[in-house]
Amino acid sequence: MTYMDKGLVEIHEALKSGKVTSQELISESLKKSKEVQEKCNAFVTILEDAKETPVTEDILSGIPYGIKDNYSTKGILSTGSSNTLKDYVPFFTATAISNLESHGAVAVNKTVMDEFGMGGTGTTGHTGIVKNPWDQTRMCAGSSAGSAAAVAAGVYPYATGSDTGDSIRKPAAYCGIVGYKPTYGMISRYGLFPFASSLDHCGVLARSVEDAAIVVDGMKGIDKNDMTSWDSSNMHLYDSLTKDIKGKKVCTIKEIADISMYPNASSELKEHLENFHNTLKHFQDLGVEVEEVSVDQTLLNALASVYVVISCAEATSNMSNLTGIIFGPRSDADNYIDMMKNYRTTGFSPLIKRRFVIGSYVLQAQNKDRYFHNAQRVRRLLVDRWKEIFKNYDAVILPVGSGPAKKFDEDKDMLDHNTQVLEEHLQVGNFGGFPSITIPDGFVSGLPVGINITGNCYDDINVLNIAYALESTMPYKNQIVKEEH
Amino acid sequence: MEDYQVLIGLEMHCEISETKTKVFSSAKNGYSEEPNSHIRPVDMAFPGTLPVVNKEAVKLALKASMILHCTQPEYMYFERKNYYYPDLPKGFQITQETKPAPVGSYGYLDFECKGESKRVRINNIHLEEDAASTDHYPTFSTIDYNRAGVPLLELVTEPDLHSAEEAVAFLETMRSIYQYAGISEADSRKGQIRCDVNVSIMDKGKDASNPKNWGTKVEIKNVNSFGGVRDAINYEIERQIALKEDGTYDEMEQQTRRWDEDTFSTIYMRSKVDAIDYKYFVEPNIPKFKLSPDWLESIRASIPELAPERKEKYEKVYHLSSYDAQVLVKEKAVSDYYEETISLGADPKGAANWITSVILGYLNKEELEIKDLYLTPTMLVDLMDMVKSGKISSKQSKEVLNKVLEEKKAPKEIVKKLGVTQISDDKTIRDIVVKVLDEHPDLIEDHRKGKNTFDFFVGQVMKATRGQANPSLTAQIIHEEIDKR
Repeated sequence: MTYMDKGLVEIHEALKSGKVTSQELISESLKKSKEVQEKCNAFVTILEDAKETPVTEDILSGIPYGIKDNYSTKGILSTGSSNTLKDYVPFFTATAISNLESHGAVAVNKTVMDEFGMGGTGTTGHTGIVKNPWDQTRMCAGSSAGSAAAVAAGVYPYATGSDTGDSIRKPAAYCGIVGYKPTYGMISRYGLFPFASSLDHCGVLARSVEDAAIVVDGMKGIDKNDMTSWDSSNMHLYDSLTKDIKGKKVCTIKEIADISMYPNASSELKEHLENFHNTLKHFQDLGVEVEEVSVDQTLLNALASVYVVISCAEATSNMSNLTGIIFGPRSDADNYIDMMKNYRTTGFSPLIKRRFVIGSYVLQAQNKDRYFHNAQRVRRLLVDRWKEIFKNYDAVILPVGSGPAKKFDEDKDMLDHNTQVLEEHLQVGNFGGFPSITIPDGFVSGLPVGINITGNCYDDINVLNIAYALESTMPYKNQIVKEEH
Repeated sequence: MEDYQVLIGLEMHCEISETKTKVFSSAKNGYSEEPNSHIRPVDMAFPGTLPVVNKEAVKLALKASMILHCTQPEYMYFERKNYYYPDLPKGFQITQETKPAPVGSYGYLDFECKGESKRVRINNIHLEEDAASTDHYPTFSTIDYNRAGVPLLELVTEPDLHSAEEAVAFLETMRSIYQYAGISEADSRKGQIRCDVNVSIMDKGKDASNPKNWGTKVEIKNVNSFGGVRDAINYEIERQIALKEDGTYDEMEQQTRRWDEDTFSTIYMRSKVDAIDYKYFVEPNIPKFKLSPDWLESIRASIPELAPERKEKYEKVYHLSSYDAQVLVKEKAVSDYYEETISLGADPKGAANWITSVILGYLNKEELEIKDLYLTPTMLVDLMDMVKSGKISSKQSKEVLNKVLEEKKAPKEIVKKLGVTQISDDKTIRDIVVKVLDEHPDLIEDHRKGKNTFDFFVGQVMKATRGQANPSLTAQIIHEEIDKR
């Protein structure tokens, strides 16, 4: 009998009835961690000495989980998957993690990510690439690659993630699981290594909407150490779950989801979009009206650039604390300038350095208005457009990406530029701080694909319920990797 | 010199010392000899830490803004100023640029210089965080993060000052404001005040209100005492005049120099073309917040009586000379001491005499501050009362004071211990006088002939009473007794 492939409530019942102990769950999870490490390289650290916790009424108590390696964990190596912090052991724990600890959750490993969250492939961590457990010739997407792979492979029911562009929601789709980032500020970012502060969200990767709600209930809360956090103590996500969403109205966006937008579509893309539109039909049975809205193509085309400009600008500033002087492997040189230069030159991967150059360039006095300020203006236009949509609809429903997980050897530059908006639209959820959840909605070429539900700020319960109801119409709840034999 | 007019602008940095904690951190805001004793993770920029605004620091900054007749913004914002230096752990300083609006914009301050009233326009005042302090040794450097994150007010004037004396008078007025308003001790010995000075010269007779007529601006960085400000300005004026006389002034580029106390000169640092691009952008971790009119009103109402008001009161109500009043209000602590003494019932003029002549002289000589003085206002009042009631003489009171300070005992105790007391009993003194006169009939004759033997009689009485006879009563009795014979 295994438990780590089950849902939280079921595991909790087993613990309560004494069928299994917290220690046994930890052993199972550690054993599975090693298998998945072997196969997918999903972990920076496996916590062999993880200790059981008392089983209480709290659903999370005694149950193992994973932590993305950009969460600061006291006494436990926290690298952000970067050589610049390869030996960094913090002396304080991120608020979201201490909240989970106070619910009795047991961390069993720290998961690999794209270096500091800056990547969408899961291939840029300092410990090597993360492979997709469904097909090890494919990527998980990123940056929460290790968390997604581990949850999909049944290492534990959930792992924490962080999402700056789509870093929870895309790997979730590629791994056939649920990825949820709540409204900006619902979960404190204190102790999360920053990438782009105005876009960074904490969140969770799990295998059901129910589990995602339970975990975020455990992570969230106003925090005196994070001024952008807000009081959500009157919001009980799990207790508010209902499949009765009759009368709600949702929409999809023509320019993103309609197959006619992609005249040269690959067969995978066609299949993916067809599957998406078939999933939309399930809403009829739920009594939900689905409509198609139009968004100015010019605005949508600007989306990816807006993201690059804002995220790189904030990142280059946020990571200026990485000098190797206070923490990290201090570089040996005759003067502080060379010390910093050596440390940063050898520590960061080329991809990150490229982003720093972009970030510095767009913030330079002579470029700032043209790039940075314009990006902020367009960000506002996009958010305003989405908010306008939310006046008439409870959520925007869109396909995640242009198909299933990509192969490692697929040349990124060969990607069809026409599908860029399809690949990048989840970033609007970060621009607006919107609650946004991805759930699995089928298979393309034998690999999982996902559908995304995004709603207005503070409307998390509504978004979760739409996802919860939709999930119940499909057979993918608590799905774990089916291995081909 | 008479051919030129001088334009001076100041950037005055003053630490806010009167908050319990730092400006964006919960670490203690206080001066400490022990390095790195007042720090929290955020002060060393450990990954994942976030700034949290100290409302008290904002309040004190707004108070300064109001005193300087500046406009307060509708919303408070903070910005990042990005640059690398080992004393700047985050790699950026949280500050306020002029867009969006800082804590104060476009005000003015009237101040007195050599008895003349002057007005300087304030361009802006903003709230920021101080950097760590560094010490450099031949083979290594040390960093003390106690100062990192201490709230700092930066005040920028228009170039409305025309001499070193005016600049120093302005700075002294500002120091007094910071002290009186309870914003800062403003102690340059503790490094709480630092200035950058802008100096340019232009031909006399041209209109100084038109910037087109201004000369080339030279900025002198990091002048850390008022004496330094005076010397740096005077040096720079002479240097620039020499260039004019040489005919090489027009070749001088806009530049930054530093004041070197060892060579007593300003030294070239960099040209304006090499100015650092600080890549400012709004700090995303601090949401903009609205300043409510009610809060602003309560801050305005909390502005206490400042030095000019107290000085006026001292002259008009207590009838002190303008000079004495100025001496008393120069340091708030001295003025507070004076006010307390008066509130305990002391005669305002008498108390002023004690403080300006005796106490300040003593403090000066011993290099002490009034807060270190053993003699409390209550003790001073006791001492004054003893003189007033004739218990001790005015001359004795000075001796008692010296003993009080020396032995750190209350005046009453000292008087008792030394047996110092004044004999004011008519009969006791008269008996002694009669005896002295009886012994010296010849000297009485001399006295009548106009020779000065009177002082001899007084001396003899004092000798007989060990100096305790009331001098005026003694003189009176001697006259009476001589006249009787």
